[in-house]
Amino acid sequence: MIGPRDNAPARPSPTTTLNRASRPSAGPGDALPDHPDFLWRNPDPKPSYDVVVVGGGGHGLATAYYLAKNHGVTNIAVLEKGWLAGGNMARNTTIIRSNYLWDESSGIYEHSLKLWETLEEDLDYPILFSQRGVLNLAHSLQDIRDSKRRVYANQLNGIDAEWLEPEEVAKVCPIVNISPDVRYPVLGATYQPRAGIAKHDYVAWGFARKADAYGIDLIQDCEVTGLDIVDGRVRGVRTTRGDIAAGKVALAAAGHSSVLAAMAGLRLPLQSHPLQALVSELLEPVHPTVVMSNAVHVYVSQAHKGELVMGAGIDSYNGYGQRGAFHILERQMAAALELFPVFARAHMLRTWAGIVDTTPDASPIVGLTPVENLYLNCGWGTGGFKATPGVGWCFAHTVATGEPHPYNAPFTLDRFTTGALVDEHGAAAVAH
Amino acid sequence: MQLIACPWCGEREEIEFHYGGEAHIAYPEDPYALDDEQWAQYVFFRDNPKGPFAERWVHSAGCRRWFNALRDTVTHEFLTVYGIGAERPSHTSTAPAAPRAKGQEASR
Repeated sequence: MIGPRDNAPARPSPTTTLNRASRPSAGPGDALPDHPDFLWRNPDPKPSYDVVVVGGGGHGLATAYYLAKNHGVTNIAVLEKGWLAGGNMARNTTIIRSNYLWDESSGIYEHSLKLWETLEEDLDYPILFSQRGVLNLAHSLQDIRDSKRRVYANQLNGIDAEWLEPEEVAKVCPIVNISPDVRYPVLGATYQPRAGIAKHDYVAWGFARKADAYGIDLIQDCEVTGLDIVDGRVRGVRTTRGDIAAGKVALAAAGHSSVLAAMAGLRLPLQSHPLQALVSELLEPVHPTVVMSNAVHVYVSQAHKGELVMGAGIDSYNGYGQRGAFHILERQMAAALELFPVFARAHMLRTWAGIVDTTPDASPIVGLTPVENLYLNCGWGTGGFKATPGVGWCFAHTVATGEPHPYNAPFTLDRFTTGALVDEHGAAAVAH
Repeated sequence: MQLIACPWCGEREEIEFHYGGEAHIAYPEDPYALDDEQWAQYVFFRDNPKGPFAERWVHSAGCRRWFNALRDTVTHEFLTVYGIGAERPSHTSTAPAAPRAKGQEASR
């Protein structure tokens, strides 16, 4: 990792390090290795690009990567107002699954899951993708009916899904409390064995590194403050680091999508909410899978490092502040204890919130806009992480060809006018 | 926990309230005259500003009455509260709403 640098000061050799005491000029840290190689350059913006992607999170980076890889478009800038992958990409609970109800959703989420399965080789970067399965618990007769319906729908779409009785749930995840003697007993669960988790930061870095290798400029600290639109056609963006001309502009800004769209005079059917998550201290491996419960209202997995990672529903009010109310966390932990009494002595270590852009039907909006050459990817709400490679692939296709990919064609903005909604409130679970 | 100033009950804890989304969305005066685009705007499209937002709240665990609030969506600070049916106040002032004492008539 330590490469020669032309202008680097000479490092002390091992011999001189050993003799450091006799060399008063040696400073503290002199014996430490150099900073590892950076995974991407940190370039200044050029005056113009073929494509400007607004938003340097998972979706924006994946879109840029697939534009280069699948479509040969490399004159691209990814603009990020903060630091790369520091928004929801750094704040999600990393759950990956594709067991959604409708054919439209199965298409794009399963496409994404298939990409996840080869992503590590594709990016040539470790992402710790672990297919440890996900259980979606049922706690009532109606839950059972809805869950089985979803299992059958998944099977018809070629997605691995099965229904488990409570004893089978306990075999997959022994620490779930399946006692009938609780307020909301576990009556069964849907199980998707190919679902799992990945290391979110590594995923972002893997995409960023490959995008950079294609010559794509990843520009941080660069907030878009306006869109240059002439005669119904976007010509570029105005940013805190100057104006940038663009052939096409692709918006991938999650919670801030409404703010950006307003710069183009567009009103979106989105509401931005805080979504909180939390981790415990590091524990021995106790939780072998991912467990989600709509009724008890929590989802829990255990990260590779050992923290229990938990999330629940959004804070009720609109918010852009990346923090939420404490009573939401309290309720979330109460729910976790209901399902996992073994966690009673675990401590909450950190909590945080991201800003999620929710739609009326809990499905995303990916496609064209009324403004020519302006493309929109938003509305993933609480579940965008799992879609990262899949939406990157499809959004890149949309931007490169000017036509939606078949997998994102159903997720138009005008479905709210035509009525062709894709209602995934059930499968979206407590959150995705 | 954040305190919310109910216009009728004064400051109470946030858990006593429920959120009602954007305020000032009136039912269409002539529903039969609306086309699909206008219905979509009425049913599905809402403002989603970063900053002051006029929205409805209900004091569910208190007086159970609805009211409007102007709240900053970045700081979550309530800039002012006002009655249902009242005009949206200007948000040039960022001073927090003065809590109204118990029993005091809502000013609007």
